[in-house]
Amino acid sequence: MADLALRDLVKTYDKTQVLHGINLDVQDGEFVVFVGPSGCGKSTTLRLIAGLEEVTSGGIEIGGRVVNNLEPKHRNIAMVFQNYAIYPHMTVRKNIGFGLRSSSAPRAEKDKRIREVAELLGMTDLLDRKPDQLSGGQRQRVAIGRAMVRDPAVFLFDEPLSNLDAQLRTQMRLEIKKLHQRVGSTIIFVTHDQVEAMTMADRIVIMKDGHIQQVGTPSEVYHTPANTFVAQFIGAPAMNMLPGQAVENGAILLKTGDLVKADLPVGTGRQVTLGVRPEDLTDAAAEPFLEGQVALREPLGHETLIYVTTEMGEFIAKADGRRPPEVGATVRLGAEQENLHIFDAETGSALA
Amino acid sequence: MAVAEQIRPTTDALLKTGGPKRPANMGQYVRWALLFLGGILMVMPIAYMISTSLKWPHEIYNLKLIPEEPTIENYTFVLEDGRFYWWFLNSIIIALITTICNVLFDSLVGYTLCKFRFPGRYIIFIAILSTLMIPTEMLVIPWYLMSQQFGWLDSYWGIMFPGLMTAFGTFLMKQFFETVPDDFIEAARIDGLNELQIWWTVAMPLVKPALAALAIFVFLGNWTAFIWPLIVTNSVEMYTLPVGLSSFGDEADVAWELIMTGAAISTIPTLIVFLIFQRFIIRGVVMAGLKG
Ligand SMILES: Nc1ncnc2c1ncn2[C@@H]1O[C@H](COP(=O)(O)OP(=O)(O)O)[C@@H](O)[C@H]1O
Ligand SMILES: [Mg+2]
Repeated sequence: MADLALRDLVKTYDKTQVLHGINLDVQDGEFVVFVGPSGCGKSTTLRLIAGLEEVTSGGIEIGGRVVNNLEPKHRNIAMVFQNYAIYPHMTVRKNIGFGLRSSSAPRAEKDKRIREVAELLGMTDLLDRKPDQLSGGQRQRVAIGRAMVRDPAVFLFDEPLSNLDAQLRTQMRLEIKKLHQRVGSTIIFVTHDQVEAMTMADRIVIMKDGHIQQVGTPSEVYHTPANTFVAQFIGAPAMNMLPGQAVENGAILLKTGDLVKADLPVGTGRQVTLGVRPEDLTDAAAEPFLEGQVALREPLGHETLIYVTTEMGEFIAKADGRRPPEVGATVRLGAEQENLHIFDAETGSALA
Repeated sequence: MAVAEQIRPTTDALLKTGGPKRPANMGQYVRWALLFLGGILMVMPIAYMISTSLKWPHEIYNLKLIPEEPTIENYTFVLEDGRFYWWFLNSIIIALITTICNVLFDSLVGYTLCKFRFPGRYIIFIAILSTLMIPTEMLVIPWYLMSQQFGWLDSYWGIMFPGLMTAFGTFLMKQFFETVPDDFIEAARIDGLNELQIWWTVAMPLVKPALAALAIFVFLGNWTAFIWPLIVTNSVEMYTLPVGLSSFGDEADVAWELIMTGAAISTIPTLIVFLIFQRFIIRGVVMAGLKG
C-alpha cells in the first residue's frame, strides 16, 4: 500500500498533446475514480502510472518514490484491463498465479497465496478451468485475482466493467468496493460511466480533453460542480442549463423575462448560466420561474420525470409519482434557492 | 450389409430435409466438375508414383495405372541399398533442424516487428519482404561461393544455412502476432516477465495454429528441396533424399521405378508431419481470454 502523486504530468504522442499537466495526490488506501468522456486521457494517465507509456514531462511518485524511469514490474502496481487480458491457454490457477512467476517464493507459498485469492473471490472450484469455460463475470474475477495475488501497492483498473451486462456490472461494482474495504489498497479506477464513479469512489477526478476539471468526493462534485462540464457530466438526467443575466439584488433575469431569486456575487449585467438539476426542478415550487407544456412523462415509481417545452427549449423536471401533470398540461417550474447552480456564461466556471 | 444399413438412414434423412428437391443449378454443376478435375489432377501423380513403384522396368513406359505384373522387388531393392538410409537420415535431420529454427527465429523476428515500435522497423520489414522476390536459382551462386569460402561445402550446415530463417515465415508470423492483443503483452509486462518470457509463454501459445502451418510448410519445403542440396553436396553420403533418388540409374538410363519407389517411401514422413500438426491448425486460436 502506498500513496500516489502525479506532478504536472504531460503526455504527447508524436505532435498531439493528450495530457496537459495533471496534478493529483492520492492518499494511501484511497479509492479514486477517473471519469470523463471517451478520449479525454483517462487510459493514458493510467498507462503512465503503470509504466506502459513514457512520461513526456512531469513526475509520478508511488510511496514517495519517483518511478518515472522504473519498469512496470518495479513499480509495485497491478492493472486490470478492460478486456481482462487473461490467457486463454492457461487455467484459472495459472492465470491467477501468473503474477507470481517472477517471484522467488517457494512453490508451496505461491500455491497458498493463489488459494487465498481464489477463496476471497469465491473461485476455489474453478481453479482448474480454462477461461473459455467461464462466464464474463468469472473472467473478470480471474483478472482481478491475478492483480491481487502480488499484493501490489496500487491497483489500476481500466474500465473493467464495461464488457459486462448491466446486472453483472452492478454486482461487480459492489464486489470491487467490498474487496477494497477488505484489502485496503490504493485503487485508481477508470470509467466513462458517472454512476460507477459516484457509487464507488472516495474521490472522483473528472477529466476532459486532457485536463482535470474537478477533484472531489462524490457529494462535492454533485452538489458543488466546479463548472458547467462537471455539472452536466455528473448526474442523470443531466442538469438543466438556463441562460440568463445578473440583475439587482443578486437575482437572475431569464430570457423569458422571468426573475429568479438568487445570491449572485457578481455585478449586474453579467451573462450567467443557471443550472438546475431535474430532481430539484419541480412543478410544486413556492416561487416558480419557468412556464411550459408537458411534452413527455417518464414514470419512475416514486416520482415522474416530465419533459417540459418552454420558450427557451426543453427542460426536465420532477413531478409527483402518484399524480403527475397530464401531457399537454401547462406547468410552472421552480427550485429552492439553495439548489441553484450559477456559472459564468463565458468561462463556464461556477459563480455560486 | 451392415455398412449399407448404417448409411441408408442418413441418406434418407438427407433426401427428406431437402423437401421437394430443388434441381441443382448450372453454377453448381460447373463447381462440382471443376472440383472433380482438380481432385484428379492432384491424385494422378501420386497414383502414378505408386503404380510405377510396383512395376518392372520393362513396363514403365506403359502408362497403364494397374501394373500387369505387380512386384515389390523395387521396394526390397531400395530398402536393401544402404545409401537410401543415409539419404533418409540426412533429409530427416536437415528438415527437422530447419523446421525448428524457422519456427523459433521467424516468430521471434515476426513478433519483434509486430509488437515493438523502433526506428527503422518498417524498412527492416520491407527489406525482409523484398527477399521474397529473389528466386532460389539466382541465390545459389552466391550461396555456393559463400559456402566455399567458409568451407561449408558438402556439410549439413552448408545444406541448411540458407533456409534457417525465411522471409515468408517471418511475414506469416508477423501477421499472426497482430491477432494477439497488446493487453496480453502489457499485462505480462506488469506482472514482471521479461520480453523473451512474454514472447515464449504468452504470445507463442496463442499463435500455435500459425506455428503448425509454418512447421508444415518448412518441413515439406526442405524435405523436397532439390537444387541447393544437389549443388552443395558432393559425396554420396551427404545427399538428401531427393538428390539421392535422382542419382538412381546411370547416364544412359534413369531408373524411374526406383526413383518412384524412393519417392513413395519418402512421402511417409511428410504424412506424419502433416497428421501431427494439422490438429493444431484445425483447433484454431481460441481468444476466450478476451471479453465475455
Ligand atoms: N498510442 C497513441 N498514439 C496516438 N494517440 C493516442 C494513443 N493513445 C491514445 N491516443 C490519443 O490520446 C487521447 C486520449 O486517449 P485515452 O487516454 O485512451 O482516452 P480515454 O481512455 O479517456 O478514452 C485520445 O485522443 C487518443 O486518440
Ligand atoms: Mg480508455
